[in-house]
Amino acid sequence: MTATPFFSVRNLHLSFADRAHKPLFGPAPRIEVLKGLDLDIGEGRITGIVGESGSGKSTLGRVLVRLLDPDSGNVMFKGQDIAGLDEEALRPLRRDLQMIFQDPMSSLNPRHKVWRIIAQPMKRYGLGGTREQATEALVRVGLPAEFGDRFPHQLSGGQRQRVGIARAIAVGPSFILADEIVSGLDVSSQAHVLMLLSKLAKEMGLTVAFISHDLSVIRHLCDDVIVLDHGVIVDNGPVEQVFDDPQSDVTRKLLAAIPLPEMDDTWFER
Amino acid sequence: MAEASTAPRARHGSGLNLRLWLPLSWVTLLVVVAVFARWIAPHDPLAQDLLLERLPPFFMSGSEPGYWLGTDSLGRDVLSRMIYGAQIALFVSVIAASATCVFGSVLGMLAGYYGGWAERIISRLVDIWMAFPPVLFAVLLVAVMGTGLTSVIAAIALIDWTRFARVVRAETLVQTRMDYVDSARIGGARRASTLWTEILPNVLPTIIALLMLEMGIAIIVEAILSFVNLSISTDDPTWGSMIAEGRNAIHFAWWVLLFPLIALFFSVLSFSVLGEGLRQRFDPVLQ
Repeated sequence: MTATPFFSVRNLHLSFADRAHKPLFGPAPRIEVLKGLDLDIGEGRITGIVGESGSGKSTLGRVLVRLLDPDSGNVMFKGQDIAGLDEEALRPLRRDLQMIFQDPMSSLNPRHKVWRIIAQPMKRYGLGGTREQATEALVRVGLPAEFGDRFPHQLSGGQRQRVGIARAIAVGPSFILADEIVSGLDVSSQAHVLMLLSKLAKEMGLTVAFISHDLSVIRHLCDDVIVLDHGVIVDNGPVEQVFDDPQSDVTRKLLAAIPLPEMDDTWFER
Repeated sequence: MAEASTAPRARHGSGLNLRLWLPLSWVTLLVVVAVFARWIAPHDPLAQDLLLERLPPFFMSGSEPGYWLGTDSLGRDVLSRMIYGAQIALFVSVIAASATCVFGSVLGMLAGYYGGWAERIISRLVDIWMAFPPVLFAVLLVAVMGTGLTSVIAAIALIDWTRFARVVRAETLVQTRMDYVDSARIGGARRASTLWTEILPNVLPTIIALLMLEMGIAIIVEAILSFVNLSISTDDPTWGSMIAEGRNAIHFAWWVLLFPLIALFFSVLSFSVLGEGLRQRFDPVLQ
């Protein structure tokens, strides 16, 4: 190992309180979501995080951007352990750790105009946050400048997700977590949003963690892939390697679920 | 798709929104009358003239010109007293409802947003508070603090803040779980500033609707307290005291009771409807 990896996670554990089974007295039992994960994310690479729902992929993502506090383990970001930092110590780092959310309707404040949604984080991080800068970011994600005056509900799903991307890139981060960002979109918007993300990642030299349950999307977009199953990593490596030679049944099952790009002769014989 | 969202959306329902404009005109009338009471009222509301006692309103035989809605048992002009009564009713409803609103909403937002101990203490306090019968509580409070408008306003705020605290807490709780709160954190917002800049604008429509409702309730509470003589002095014209006085003469001078009652009814109804009407008209998300 020559350089410090961009993200280096060691022995990461996380559990939630199970409120449904809380006894009348005493603490609620814990549900273990992440069971000792070890992984590295290389700088400038797009890493896919896949798994079925409930596998802990979103939880892992939210630990990386520290929206969740792990129980134990290390999350080294550029050589600094951010796992135990409190909110005050995290704030200067947060600019570097941006996130695009699954549901843009809920992640864009419905009462704020688009330009304000984009400009506010820039302002908070001391990067200006003027109307012009917001417009610039809008144009960069392929939206017309006059969309700045709209409210989120006046946009389509794909446009909203572009605003989410604009907000994330506007503060000039080095890492972006994309949490199922296309799962709520129709197929053509999906393709546009994915193309935009990979273009921007290349231009800005971003490191991206891309959470998805759709392996065909991962194959097109990502350099590396991590397959999670019930809080454990079952496959990890460059996309071609994992796809050609899956190490676990879970990965094989997910691979089998990819719709075939071409018609297969055997379809007619059944 | 893009075209449909470029044009401003047509408001549902055509023409005038009666739910907004009817109550709004009544409230506007009330405000104008209250502010210009001195010039509008045809008579001094306190001037007694026993020769003119219990004059009927203008459309009945035996009425005197100039006393449009008749006079009460002391010969005081009913219309003038109602106009000055509007002043007191509006004053109490604006001040009391705003105080109640600010106090209850702040506590509700703190409980809903921070959870934990703040939530536990405030929620228990609301539970305990609501176990008191409200009217009795009000009477008790005014009895302790002494009669007068300040006591009435304080009593309303001290009793009804739980209404705001409960509803605003529930709404804040819903909003706190939305992703835009997490994205504010990602965007470098401090916890307290997220509450005021991100969550408050989303809770505000609920607060305004409640505020309007509370203004109506404040008018009723003031009327109840003047009815039992616990508001300002009996001489001062309030709708509640007019209703109380009119009760004695209901069989032969019903107008003394009926006109202030109608004014009270329309005011309370208008404020209640106005809350929802304003929400429909000015909420950008609903349009």
